[in-house]
Amino acid sequence: MDRLKALLFLTSVIILLCLPAFSQTDAPTRLVGDAKPAIESPAGPPSVEAKDTKNDDGSAIDVSWQLSPDDQRLVTKYQVLRSKSSTGPFEVAGETTKGQHTYTDNGVKVGESYFYKIAAVYEIKSTDSTSVTGKGESQVIGPIKPIAQWFNMRRLNVLIWLLVTCAAILFYIMQAKSGKELYVRKIAGIDAVDDAIGRATEMGRKVFFVPGIQDMDDVATIAAITILGRVARICATNETMLDVPVSRSLVMVTARESVREAYGKVGRPDAFKEDQVHYVTDDQFGYAAAIDGMVMRDKPAAMFYMGGFFAEALILAETGNNAGAIQIAGTNQPAQIPFFVAACDYTLIGEELFAASAYLEREPRLLGSLKGQDFAKGLFLLAIFLLLILAMFGYNWVSIMDVS
Amino acid sequence: MKREIPLIITFVAGVAFVLQYFIPHYPFNRFENIFSDWFSIVGAFAIWLGALSLMKLCLLNISKKSSDWPISLLIIVSFLAIVIAGAIDGFHGLNNVPATSFRDPGTNFDWLYQKVYTPLSSTMFAILAFFVASASYRAFRARNTAATLLLFSAFFVMIGRVPVGDYLSGWLPERMQLSHWANWLMAFPNTAGQRAVMIGIALGTVSTSLRIILGIERSHLEG
Repeated sequence: MDRLKALLFLTSVIILLCLPAFSQTDAPTRLVGDAKPAIESPAGPPSVEAKDTKNDDGSAIDVSWQLSPDDQRLVTKYQVLRSKSSTGPFEVAGETTKGQHTYTDNGVKVGESYFYKIAAVYEIKSTDSTSVTGKGESQVIGPIKPIAQWFNMRRLNVLIWLLVTCAAILFYIMQAKSGKELYVRKIAGIDAVDDAIGRATEMGRKVFFVPGIQDMDDVATIAAITILGRVARICATNETMLDVPVSRSLVMVTARESVREAYGKVGRPDAFKEDQVHYVTDDQFGYAAAIDGMVMRDKPAAMFYMGGFFAEALILAETGNNAGAIQIAGTNQPAQIPFFVAACDYTLIGEELFAASAYLEREPRLLGSLKGQDFAKGLFLLAIFLLLILAMFGYNWVSIMDVS
Repeated sequence: MKREIPLIITFVAGVAFVLQYFIPHYPFNRFENIFSDWFSIVGAFAIWLGALSLMKLCLLNISKKSSDWPISLLIIVSFLAIVIAGAIDGFHGLNNVPATSFRDPGTNFDWLYQKVYTPLSSTMFAILAFFVASASYRAFRARNTAATLLLFSAFFVMIGRVPVGDYLSGWLPERMQLSHWANWLMAFPNTAGQRAVMIGIALGTVSTSLRIILGIERSHLEG
């Protein structure tokens, strides 16, 4: 009897242990090898539209479509199919995720005709990384020919502002040429240039001019070189040593010529030495380290920082401050202006850097351009005020200005 | 002609650049890339002028035994080390199939870059933190009304951006908390000031560009 009980117990245990194995027969079918289930294909998008992209060089076509009725249920992505013939073959020009109904095809050539259709795709990946897809395609549309435009209408507002600004500048230049006296506001930083160099002359120390870390394709560097010319002339007249460490080879070549001309202009070509303007390194912090070293060794009496500066701005200006130099800075990088304000004696803020050469030269045509610049700024202020009023009354001035 | 030719080139290039911004049609759409390529080519040749200038100055310092001649020697040694390492790695890379670059991981050039250049560069950047502190100390001294306003603004922005600000004012209504004041200062007065500066810079850029294109501004050509 005991044996029968033991046999029954053992049989029950074996059956219980085997139960999970039986239950696994109801698990979902896995895709292994060629065993692929039948896939339901989503319906294709009901309608498709394709048109030339506006305001471009004819290298794009905008394609849009109505979402497939199965967009939320089956679709995993949409394929934009492109062909040069209505009968195909079609190639995949691009893909979007489900829910998206627009695509800009940038792979077209100007003047050629294209046909499009959209495929709503249902795709699942199997365990062996093969994918199973079902597709529903729209009808073919076309031909669509991309065309290059002769004017970018989206930039019409920029053109209008540019023309107004240029007209104002040219008007005041002509007024200045006709001999009319123009009042230009005082800029303390520029007025201090003569004093700073004078101090260096009295102390018998060097003047350092740092033209930033940008290359000659940056307008701030060009503005810096124009100021350098003026600084070099004063230094040459006062027989004060000018040192110009630069971080770009092209800036070195340009600055060297500018300084050479400046020395020649005041009758001191013999005092000019090529090595006054010398290359240091293109590397941002290497440049800062090199100048810091020179400043601490030479203890210049005056330092000018003009041009494009980034994180090295404060490193340079604080070192100059520790060396006891009079420091005048100007940059077109708004983020660096507070650092210069904190560490330098004078800072040219915003457009003052670009006004500096005109202000220093006192040449009527240059002063005229400065006046025009101020006039344009007044127009901007007026426009901002008017648009603010419009916005307060509920007019969406962004859409009014958008002329696309 | 020494003056006229650069002015003509400047005028033509300047007008071409303005046109390419508004006209997307060929050939105007190619101008930016073409000029950019030219600039890169000229820049690549000019780098030798820079390197030669640096070497010349350093050699002069050493020959004259100037006070900083050891630094000049260090510059020459560093310059030659990185150039030679890059050249050797470059030539070795050409023999590999497929060819590898001197900048690939594991090369001598890469070792110098990762173990010498990057730490030195990071050190210089780290110094900035101390300079910010010393510059702030001077800037925030209440010498006059404007500096006092700056001091108060800086106080609220700094304390509003650190956890202790929230800890000190957490019991107040949300709109009275220090972080709210800091955010307001940054979002309104600071943004307004920054935008005013940016509009000024944009106008200054237009004005300077126009002066250069029309040949009114010539000091960068003649000193």
